Order: sequence, then C-alpha cells, then structure tokens
Amino acid sequence: MIKTENLKVNLPGFDLHNINLSIEEGEFFVLMGPTGAGKTVLLEAMAGLIPVESGRIIIEGKDVTKLPPEKRGISIVYQDHALFPHLTVMENIRYGLHFHRIDEKEADKRLNRLLHELDLAHLEKRLPENLSGGELQRVALARALMVNPSVLLLDEPFSALDARFREGIRSGLKKLHQSSGVTFLMVTHDFADALSLAGRAAVMNDGMIEQTSSMDDIFQRPDSKFVADFVGMKNLFSVKFDGTRAAIDDLKIELGRTPVNSHGYIAIRPEDIVLSKEAFSSSMRNSFRGTVSGVFDRGFYYEIQVRVGETIFKSLITKRSLFELGIQEGIDAFISFKSTAIHNF
Amino acid sequence: MTKREPFFWITISCGLVIMAFILLPLIEMMTAPSFSMLKETIKDKDVLRSIWLSIYTAGLAALISFVFGTPLAYLLARTSFRGKRLVESIIDLPIVIPHPVVGIAILGIAGKNHWFGQIISELGIRIMGSVTGIVVVLTFVGMPFYVNTVKNGFEAISPRLEKVSRSLGASMFSTFFRITFPLAWRSMLVGIIMCSARAISEFGAVIIVAYHPMIAPVLIYERFEAYGLKYSQPVAVWLVFICLLLFLILRVLTSSTGEKKA
Repeated sequence: MIKTENLKVNLPGFDLHNINLSIEEGEFFVLMGPTGAGKTVLLEAMAGLIPVESGRIIIEGKDVTKLPPEKRGISIVYQDHALFPHLTVMENIRYGLHFHRIDEKEADKRLNRLLHELDLAHLEKRLPENLSGGELQRVALARALMVNPSVLLLDEPFSALDARFREGIRSGLKKLHQSSGVTFLMVTHDFADALSLAGRAAVMNDGMIEQTSSMDDIFQRPDSKFVADFVGMKNLFSVKFDGTRAAIDDLKIELGRTPVNSHGYIAIRPEDIVLSKEAFSSSMRNSFRGTVSGVFDRGFYYEIQVRVGETIFKSLITKRSLFELGIQEGIDAFISFKSTAIHNF
Repeated sequence: MTKREPFFWITISCGLVIMAFILLPLIEMMTAPSFSMLKETIKDKDVLRSIWLSIYTAGLAALISFVFGTPLAYLLARTSFRGKRLVESIIDLPIVIPHPVVGIAILGIAGKNHWFGQIISELGIRIMGSVTGIVVVLTFVGMPFYVNTVKNGFEAISPRLEKVSRSLGASMFSTFFRITFPLAWRSMLVGIIMCSARAISEFGAVIIVAYHPMIAPVLIYERFEAYGLKYSQPVAVWLVFICLLLFLILRVLTSSTGEKKA
C-alpha cells in the first residue's frame, strides 16, 4: 500500500502540488497524463530520489517521507531499463540482494521463479549490451522484483518496445503482478495498456492530479474538461462482443474477427473514420448515419464530432475537406471505417 | 573518380603544413644526438635524478588531483547549484594564467609575511626550493585537466543507474563503489594521464618556486644556457622518450582490460 498526502515537490521550472493518491495493497494502478505532466517526477519523489517540499508519503502504514531511497522498499523500472552495463544479467538481477537480509533459500526460490516467469534462464551470463529491448525489459523487471519491494514503480515500461511485442509483454506483466502480489504503479500514456492492466487510474496534468477513479469512470465519466479532452481524442468505447460484432448499446460494429472476450473495448483512430455527406459505397464494412455535433479547430486539422444514436465518434479532416464537404454543426453526415481500423481489447 | 573541389585541396594542404610544423622540429631533436651521446647522458646521475624527480612529482600531482578532484568532479557532474559556472571558471583559471605568474602567486602566500606561510612553516613545511613546492605547483597546473576529464566521464553515466541502485537498497557509498566507480574509472585514468602530462611539461612556474631540486625541464634549460643546444638535446630526448613510454603503458593497460570487459 502506498499513499501520498498533500505532496508538494519544487524543482527548478517544475512543481507538483497537492498530490493525494491512495493505492491499495496488491493493486495495479496506472498514472496517465500528457508529456510534461509530472508523472516521472511523482514516481521519483515517491521513491525518494527527488526531495519533497512538503506533505507525506506513507508505505504500508509507515511514514517514509524522510527516509533515503534505499530504506523505502520501492523498486523502480525505467523506460530505458537502466541495467548496470558492467554487470551480467545474473549480477544485475541479484544486485539488490547485497543490501537485503533475505534467507538464501527464499532468495533462490524467488530467483528461480523470476527467471522462469520472465524466461531469462538462458541469458544469465550475458551483458546488457548483447540483449534485445524486450530482454532488457524483463531483466529490469526481475531485478526490481528480486528484492520483494512493497511497491513496484514502472515508468512507461512499454514505450521503448516494438509495438508487435506489446501484447505479449502486457499479458506477461499482468501474470507477474498476480504471481508476485506486489503493488504496481505504472506510468503510461497508452490507453490500451491502462485498460487491459489496471483497475484504477489517475490522470495528471501540469503537476496536479485531475482525477482518480476506476478505469471506466475515467473514460466514461471524466471529472474535468482536461480529462475529457485527454481521453476523448480517441474513439474508445466499452462494448459487448457478439460473434464478429461489437455492440455499443444498440450500435452494432463489424470487426471481421471474433474476439476471445465477451466484454471489452474497441478503439478507432479519428483519422481512420471517413466523413461524407452521402452514403458511402465502398469496401468499408461499417457505415453509419449521424448528426454533426461539433466542429473544432485543431491547428492543421479539424476535429468533427458526429453523434450516432447516443454515441459520439470523432473524425479528423483537413480544412480543405471541411469546406469541400460543407460540414457544419447540425447537418447530417455519414461516418465509415474499415473493420481493420478497429482495435479491440 | 569525381573531381575534387579546390576547398578539399585547401583543407588537405593546411593539414600537411600543421603535420610538418609539429613533426619536423621533434624529429630533428630526437635524431640529432648520436647514440653514444644518449648512452653517456643516461649514465649521468644528474639527468637520471631530474627525470625521476619530474616523473614522481607529476605522479604525486596526479594522485592528489585524483583524491581531491574526483569528488569535486562528481559534484559538478551531478548537481546544479547557484554559482556552478563560477566554480567551473575558477577550476579553469590555472589553464589561462601565465606560468611564471602561477609561481609568483604561490610564493606570495608561502612566504613568511603571509599568515598561511607562517602556519605552514610552523608545521615544518617548506615550499621554496623543495620537492613539496614542486608538487604544489604541478598540482596547481594539472588539477583542471583531471577535474574536467573526470567530470565529462561522470556526466556520461546515466544518473538513473544510481537511482535504480539506491532503490534496490544500496547506500550512496555502495552505489558509488559498485556502479559509478566501475563505470568511470577509465575516464579517471585518462584524467590522470592528462594531468600528469600537463604537470611534467611545466617549467615557468616551477623555476620560480624551485630551481633546485632540479626537475628535467629545468635541467634541460640549464644545460642549454650553460653549454648550448647540443648538450640539452640528449636530456630532452630521454625525457620525451620516458614520458611517451609511460603513457603508452598506461594506455595499453586500460584498453586491454577494457576489451576483456566488453
């Protein structure tokens, strides 16, 4: 369990203020927010790597605000993995054991479990420079969990990895969380990561927490305009899957494939949604009639919101198409998208 | 083959001029003394003593820089504070001050008229005309080269490695000796080489503080003044030769262990 009370951090040119978070024992909690919101700073403050101006940090009921990082029992995994380049994989993983009094048998048991779960046994003697991105990541995780921390902080662990491997690593991390029983706090800006891993999340902006609640609430019932904007740029819907179709309330969307889960989410990038005034005859499997409910200038593009039934879809079009199509609020329009443009999870 | 532009030929000719400028005098000096003269010179007790004195005073200067300069270099690499620029400029001062001025400045506080001079003379430390004085001067001129080199070395190591080490339970001391030092020691060795190379070549400041005991550059100067070019050349050749050999050995040692690590 980790809790912060009115945490305040002053760095040159950057502040965190009034950070109140409470993360339960064994929870998987996600911290989201745009670049520069202060997510990494908050993690480092919790770990004692950045001095705190005022407020308290409480881990398992103990006030650790004044403790140095080595006494807090918080492990951290960075985006760039930060493996010790002069130590082998095994030496990296066992590094923390030098400073903890852990029963040798228990340490060996944990080591073997981690080596097995993270599939690292064959890499033992390698140096970090000879590992792939995914392997580096797994070593960093093993190293962090080897000391059996109260809390594991993950700073955008997936962003340095190839998108193709994300799915696999995501499910690996989920398993690891369950088998270790450690409280996980992960920073990410990827909604798919957040939704598939975490139960609760907080959204940060400009050094403050905007909203802390369940994943669903953040996406369905954002507390502030900022959170709405932050999560709303994407077409993300909670759906029921039925065969190859996904249902948003009454709206049936063709996926062209059968998902394994019965409930889940679908996401469509706004630029993948084609806007037209007349019904669109093409190979696109999904086409709906709706009403333009909003037109927003986004610099190079215009964001057009189209309401279909109770659901709002967002599409991006260029200024030129805006004039050519004669789009304005209140008119009827068609939206179309390919089933391959839909991401489900 | 494509036709080279005039610009290319200008860069090449400038490069050749500089090569010749550096190498011609050195080659001339190295080849001027006959073999028998070189042999005779190295048997000369004064020459041996002065070269040895040069090497070990420069070595001591490097050692002192290592002990005191390493923590400072670390501080400069890892923290930002008000007046950091000022501290950095102060460290660079010995590089830009004319060498005799350095000697005069050091003598200024070492004399009996200065409170600092009085304290150290009470302690039995003599600067003027002593090995201590030579080491002080060489440390003064060599320190910036050590601090700057090692600072760059520390900056090249990600602070995240230290943060991770701390979070895994290591104190700052353990972190430094287990993580930072093993990753930075090669830059420290380069720093030591830079510092002692600078120290061994110092003449202007040393001659003011300590004409005797004689370091090699002073001896070379004296032989030149008293007997002329021909008699100073062999000593110079030996000094250059021994220094190059020492630095070469250091380089080989560091790069070979480095390759094994990699």
